[in-house]
Amino acid sequence: MTILIFKIILVLAVFGLTMLIAMYSTWAERKLSAVMQDRVGPNRAGPMGLLQPLADGIKMFTKEELIPEGSNRFLFIIGPGIAMLTALITGAVIPWGGDVSIGGESFALQITDINIGVLYLFGVVSIGVYGIMIGGWASNNKYSLLGALRASSQMISYEIAMGLSMISLIMMTGTLSLREIVAQQDAGFANVLYQPLAFLIFMICAFAETNRAPFDLPECETELIGGYHTEYSSMKLGLFLFAEYINMFISSAIMVSFFWGGYNFPFQHELGLSPNALATVQTVVFFLKVFGFIFLFMWVRWTIPRFRYDQLMNLGWKVLLPLSLLNIFVTGVVMYLTGKLN
Amino acid sequence: MTNDPNDKFMLTNRSKVMEKKQMTLAERLYLPAIAGGMSITFRHIFKKSATVQYPEQLRPIAPVYRGHHVLKRDEAGAERCTACGLCAVACPAEAITMTAAERKKDEENLYREEKYAAVYEINMLRCIFCGLCEEACPKEAIFLTDRIIPSNYGRNGFVFGKDKLVETMDNPVDVTKRQTPAVIEFKKDKFHQHNITINDLVDLGEH
Repeated sequence: MTILIFKIILVLAVFGLTMLIAMYSTWAERKLSAVMQDRVGPNRAGPMGLLQPLADGIKMFTKEELIPEGSNRFLFIIGPGIAMLTALITGAVIPWGGDVSIGGESFALQITDINIGVLYLFGVVSIGVYGIMIGGWASNNKYSLLGALRASSQMISYEIAMGLSMISLIMMTGTLSLREIVAQQDAGFANVLYQPLAFLIFMICAFAETNRAPFDLPECETELIGGYHTEYSSMKLGLFLFAEYINMFISSAIMVSFFWGGYNFPFQHELGLSPNALATVQTVVFFLKVFGFIFLFMWVRWTIPRFRYDQLMNLGWKVLLPLSLLNIFVTGVVMYLTGKLN
Repeated sequence: MTNDPNDKFMLTNRSKVMEKKQMTLAERLYLPAIAGGMSITFRHIFKKSATVQYPEQLRPIAPVYRGHHVLKRDEAGAERCTACGLCAVACPAEAITMTAAERKKDEENLYREEKYAAVYEINMLRCIFCGLCEEACPKEAIFLTDRIIPSNYGRNGFVFGKDKLVETMDNPVDVTKRQTPAVIEFKKDKFHQHNITINDLVDLGEH
């Protein structure tokens, strides 16, 4: 019973935190783009513009909602819902921190530790494209359709390289459970030291999967006028945009868990902290790492111009795919030579 | 035609002869170029922003700034403008229109001379703030000031009538920056080319 209550609290906490971080990512994005362009950014709503996300939310909710006449009403409404749903449920398998003990019982700071966590993640991420595809197709607009087509082909192409780059990591760790992958990095070093190429490929694919610059072709404002969300207005547009920020946060969390040691930090057991204090510090460290990656996402967006479509496909199929295959091969050979293969 | 740049007429020597060559491996990897670009954007984080927080903070402007016009009153508070129309003639943008009227018996305290402008309008969207109206005015009635034209929701709002142009009695507009003694002297001097009229030239026997 206590475990159920704990999990419910954890689910709500993760949901709230995800929403909060996605909200303030929009603020951070605007602020960061501003300082990178020698501007000031939002500074009128509250101190340092901190109430800007709230103002944006109120604006989104109170705007007039338009559903185009030729659209498929049901699919049009369900599109942003799917995008948001898939973005949110990925957070379920991410280990947010170590174990906490409440009243003598030990709880893991993870909503569920399924033994195929990695497969779950990839499965949910694959569904994520449906939100965009359905939304773009149901809009009955050629720009939306083009955006949806681009999104689906791009996401499918990059998912392959992403999955293959993960295989070399899974070969090394020998497990599909995220908690175990993170725990192994506590004992040894962060996986990025063993698999730098896999990390690079995974990161590039994560940029493509979240539809962020330089891979924001499904929604490029300049050619497709917003792409798949051209016809969307009010909070349905807000959900699409929000889902993108949640995806960015979750991708950062996944990259931290897979490659950068998750919630672990060097010399954590030498500090002599009590288990609960250690778990708290670990969670803070985890979020600091995640914020670092969110910063990287934004930094890249405001630096690099968008790819051309053929360049995007070339990079995915002719560069990243062979590289990830090579990485698997090299990993296998090294494991065989060092006798880790059994 | 050869590729030698000396063969053709060139305005500058900055043009480069481009040669088509294969990209090197480092260039084809993109990553060094990306790192270079990202270091530039990172450095910009620490640079001072160029923003001026406008309503609270004003950009420094020249003391002789040419903005919002003012129609001056004389020391007794009567309007100086006599609706002669020289400013409207001088205006290259044709922004000034006016309607003249005759002064009534009991209006001597309101208008300086027998004729005055009943309607005086400047279209601020047409105005190019060149200051030629000020230069043309023989009565020292119109001046440009360092006030900025506020924004407006409609085009009609930019047609400024006498209500916005004439200075009020209790709030006189200082134009000494533009009406310096040197300027007053300059406007009197008929030997300066721009002040010479056809009649002056006839008088001087140069025409």
